[in-house]
Amino acid sequence: MTVSLNDLVFVAMALVIVVAATGVVMLKNIVHSALSLILAFVGVAGIYFQLSAGFIGLVQIMVYAGAISVLIIFAIMLVMDKSVEKTNLFSPNIIRLLAGMGLTFLLFVTLGVSIWFTKFPVVPAEGPVDAVGMLANLFMGDYVIAFETAAILLLVAVIGAIILAKGAEDKQ
Amino acid sequence: MDFSLLTTEILVALIGLLVLVVGLVLPDRGKQLVGKLSLLALAIVLVYALIAFPREASYFNGIYQVDVFGNYFKILFLIAGILVMLSASKYIKRFAAKSSEFYGLMILATLGMMVLSASGDFITMYIGLELMTISFYILTAYLQSDKRSSEAGLKYLILGAISSAVLLFGMSLVYAMTGTTIISEIAGAWTMQPAMAAGLVMIIAGFAFKISVIPFHMWAPDIYQGAPIPVTTYLAVGSKAAAFAALVRVFMLAFPPGSISFNWNIILAVLAVLTMVIGNLIALTQKNVKRLLAYSSIAQAGYILVGLVAANTYGLKGVLFYAMLYVFSNTGAFAVATAVEVDAGSTDIDAFNGLAKRSPMLAAIMTVCMLSLAGIPPMAGFVGKFYLFSGAIQAGYLWVAIIGLVMSMVSVYYYLGVAKAMYIGVSIDENPIKLDVPAQMALWACLAGTLLIGIYPGPLSNFVQTAISMFL
Repeated sequence: MTVSLNDLVFVAMALVIVVAATGVVMLKNIVHSALSLILAFVGVAGIYFQLSAGFIGLVQIMVYAGAISVLIIFAIMLVMDKSVEKTNLFSPNIIRLLAGMGLTFLLFVTLGVSIWFTKFPVVPAEGPVDAVGMLANLFMGDYVIAFETAAILLLVAVIGAIILAKGAEDKQ
Repeated sequence: MDFSLLTTEILVALIGLLVLVVGLVLPDRGKQLVGKLSLLALAIVLVYALIAFPREASYFNGIYQVDVFGNYFKILFLIAGILVMLSASKYIKRFAAKSSEFYGLMILATLGMMVLSASGDFITMYIGLELMTISFYILTAYLQSDKRSSEAGLKYLILGAISSAVLLFGMSLVYAMTGTTIISEIAGAWTMQPAMAAGLVMIIAGFAFKISVIPFHMWAPDIYQGAPIPVTTYLAVGSKAAAFAALVRVFMLAFPPGSISFNWNIILAVLAVLTMVIGNLIALTQKNVKRLLAYSSIAQAGYILVGLVAANTYGLKGVLFYAMLYVFSNTGAFAVATAVEVDAGSTDIDAFNGLAKRSPMLAAIMTVCMLSLAGIPPMAGFVGKFYLFSGAIQAGYLWVAIIGLVMSMVSVYYYLGVAKAMYIGVSIDENPIKLDVPAQMALWACLAGTLLIGIYPGPLSNFVQTAISMFL
């Protein structure tokens, strides 16, 4: 088995994602977790670039690593009313902790084994020449119903956030 | 392409958005109109959907399917939505200034269900599912004066997000194996490999969460109890029916039954049996009617699943038939519970004591609906269970049918426990419960639906027969 440069890039990116994602769970300071999450987002963007989906990679960096993580950190700042040192701790209940770890391990092994022993149908393909145009065609063509529904979905989410946040104000 | 066939969805989306805007623009007194207007509008859409029932079209190579199966479920969601909103007319006062948004979110949740039941492709299906569940996350936490409601909302958000992640992971594995997300194209493209099996199990788990099948039910009791009752009702009848519609479409089209390499029926059979047994047994010990109905609706999901296990004419007919009668019977039971909660402030079984003396009609409707859920003739539930279990027997799942029958008998005990409280229990308060006109209309409609479908099931049966013809 020869290892191409392409494979090496994938392995590097995958390592970044896995380490960063583990960090999100393991770090005790929730701000550190948020920063680790940004690193994971950047890693995913790297995979997109490697798959020659440059546009999606850029969007991933701008929207997720940029906007969404800023929102997360803002939310932490606004809600936090104690010291940040120990804000993302494990459950103190050792049985629950072990059960959770056991389940995670089982899921990891099952999925890992099933993916490892599968022969995926590989289709050799070039990256599209005009990726943005293709995306636009899909959004406004085949997937227009999903696209419009997603627009309504975002509206519902915004309205919901406002309603729930406002209700909390009324109580005071 | 003739987009006029999407009129039902487009109208519902427009009504939902209009209700949101009108609620903002109108002064406080006008806001009471919003509810009536949205009910009227939905009723008009329902009439249109009934007329448009036989019209079919396939959009974008099957990514979106307008077919009789989907149309049947659209009618079901509209009926459920209208009944729930009618029965909630008095309860809604608790939402104070937020009541117009309540209608908007309910209508948009209906839109999500419609997209979910009509999409022929995983991506569109997922977006519909999310529109439905995100609306429900918000509606569950709507009663902010009640701590339980906020807690239920948060729980539903976290557990729902995890289940969506599982569902998406499953879909992505199936996509990796077949190279397509369109359900009808998957049928010819899959081979049984470990990753495919993992993907399918995850898809089953994701949908099983939405229909609260045991062991994926852990969210249901707390959330059904914590959410405002109208939301609980809609969650139990609407959200469940929508997930069933998607489940039937995915498995009947992408993996037609009878394939040797993948016998999904047996997986679902085990889940159905677990659900019927455990759901009914836990319901026996409940002291709160809302929680009792939550466990009962878990058990009911088990019965409906039996129809999909059978995957033959009777079974599928049973799924659609039962989903419809479940709307009437369950909404009826919940509507009475709503009236009692508005009156007494609680849904503990003691609050139902002496209801037969105070409001004989309410007690009678509750009894009829609960007997229908238990499957006693001549109520509708009997006909539904007859279809479901005879389908299972025909398909060779005799053991599933027998367990289902035994558990239905067990369920009579807890349903009659409520009836006993209503007819034999003594209440200090002797005054009848006052109902407003819309709630009365909803109750009468539920009673009429439950009895009519039970006594004269012919028309609905023919209707259902047409709706499932595309699978067999």
